[in-house]
Parts: sequence; C-alpha cells; structure tokens
Amino acid sequence: MRLDILNRGYGPGATLLFALIRLFSGHPVPDAARLVFYRPDFYGTRAKAFTHEVMRGPSGWSAGDRELMAAYVSQVNESAFCIGAHSATARRAYQDGAKVQAVLADLESAPVEEPLRATLRMLGQLTAEGELSAADMRDVLSAGVSPQQVRDALAVCAAFNTTDRLADAFGFEVLTPEAFDAGAKYLLKRGYR
Amino acid sequence: MPDEDRKRAAHRALVDRVLSGAGRASAEQRARAFSNEGLAPPLRGLVGKVATTPTQVTDADFAAAQASGCSEDELFELVICAAVGQSARLYDAGLAALAEATDSGADR
Repeated sequence: MRLDILNRGYGPGATLLFALIRLFSGHPVPDAARLVFYRPDFYGTRAKAFTHEVMRGPSGWSAGDRELMAAYVSQVNESAFCIGAHSATARRAYQDGAKVQAVLADLESAPVEEPLRATLRMLGQLTAEGELSAADMRDVLSAGVSPQQVRDALAVCAAFNTTDRLADAFGFEVLTPEAFDAGAKYLLKRGYR
Repeated sequence: MPDEDRKRAAHRALVDRVLSGAGRASAEQRARAFSNEGLAPPLRGLVGKVATTPTQVTDADFAAAQASGCSEDELFELVICAAVGQSARLYDAGLAALAEATDSGADR
C-alpha cells in the first residue's frame, strides 16, 4: 500500500494474526482487511460495524444481491480490488457466476429481476453523477422496489463508495482469483465484523 | 424503521468519529478533507482525487503531500475523511431523492 504505516505499522497482535491467516488460508491478508487493523479506533472499528450491518443485517435484499450491488458500484468506480472481491463474493453467494458476469458486462440485458436491475441502475447513476432526481427514484419504486429496499441499497452504495476510494487511493494489491475466492468464502461465513 | 435506523446510526457513528474524534490531523483539516473544500495544494490535489477520481491517485500525490509536511498518519486520516465525505454526500443525495419521490421527508 502507498503508506508505509499500512504495510508495517501494526502491533504484535495484528502482525501475528496476519501471519496465522497467511499460514492457514495459504493467501496473503487482503489489504482491505489490513487497513481496518491500522489504528482501528479511527476508522476500522466503525467501518466494519457499518459495513456488516449494511451487507449482512436484516434487509429485503439477499446477501448475494447486496454483494452484487457492491461489485456493480465498484465497477462504476473502476475499483479493481473491490470488483474482484465482491464479484467473487456475489458469485459464491448466488452459486451463479454467469449472472454476475452478465450484470457487470451489460446490466440492461442481464438475467436479473427488474427490481434489482432498476436498483443497480440507480446506484450506478448516483455513483457516476453524484445526484439523482425524484423522477429517477420514482422509476425505481415503480419497478417494484420498496422504499426500505432503496434505503438498504443506498447504504450499500455509501459503504462501497468509501471502500472503493480507499482501495484506489491507498493502492490495495489486486489478488489472484483463488485468493479473491478464499476471501469471498470468509465474507459469506463471517461477514465484515 | 428500526433496521434502517441501525444502518444510518452506524454510518453516523463513522462520520462523527472521523470528523470529531481524536486524530493526528486537526479537526479543521479533517472537515476540509471531508467536504473537499478549502484545502491548500498539494493536499487539495490528493483529497480532490480521492473524492472524485480515486483511480488517478499516484505515489507522487502522496509524496507531494508528505513533502509539504504531512505525516503518514495525517494522510491516513485525511484520505479516509475524503472518502467518507464523498460517500456521505452520495448517501444523502440518494435519500433526498427518495424522500422527494415518496413525499415523506420525515423518513430522513
């Protein structure tokens, strides 16, 4: 990562944990995980709590849907690490790699339900343009998305617009497909806490 | 909407912490990074990229900020504030559009 403190600034506890994770998983600790261990009182503790609530808390969207939203927002931001991590997690959650690939290739022709498509379109527009009109939002609601589902999706959008920026600013190392898949397994089993 | 309250509350806790809690960078600098306004170069350049074009951040942006006297810990905080700030504006814009579409401003 671009700051030395994010590569070497960890205490003995975190350093030992990173070594154990590498030993047992066979993969390096992803930079996304390392970041939240650096001075966790400043960012990591609350970022993990927010992200876990958003991605695994009660919602009308499945964990797979929310992972797909994370991957889609990351694609709009062209954030390579987060596209890799969350497309892998969405693939594993859905047990359907073709669906995830289709959404990332062309949302409009992808085989997904209309409420999810309209929601992804809205999140992409908000992320790319920074604004939405009430008419844009009414399109989402008339596709059958409840106001609560919109709020849940906007929370996913907020979490991943943050993480995408940090991944690219700090320069998270892009992992191998195998390592992303190992991370996906962990995220589905344990979440973001 | 208790579930939504938990998401918003968790988000607010993050925003409040990075802006108002203890830090190596001053609260004033963190607020400027969060809003992407009022910073002098070279920090203005780094923070602006984090907010609007994060894939274009380079090693040179960090090097220039450090050369101007910022420590790594200050940059850690200011980059986080910039990222959280931009995301918070998107979150607010989305919720505002929803409130307008449903004509239920009380939900915000």
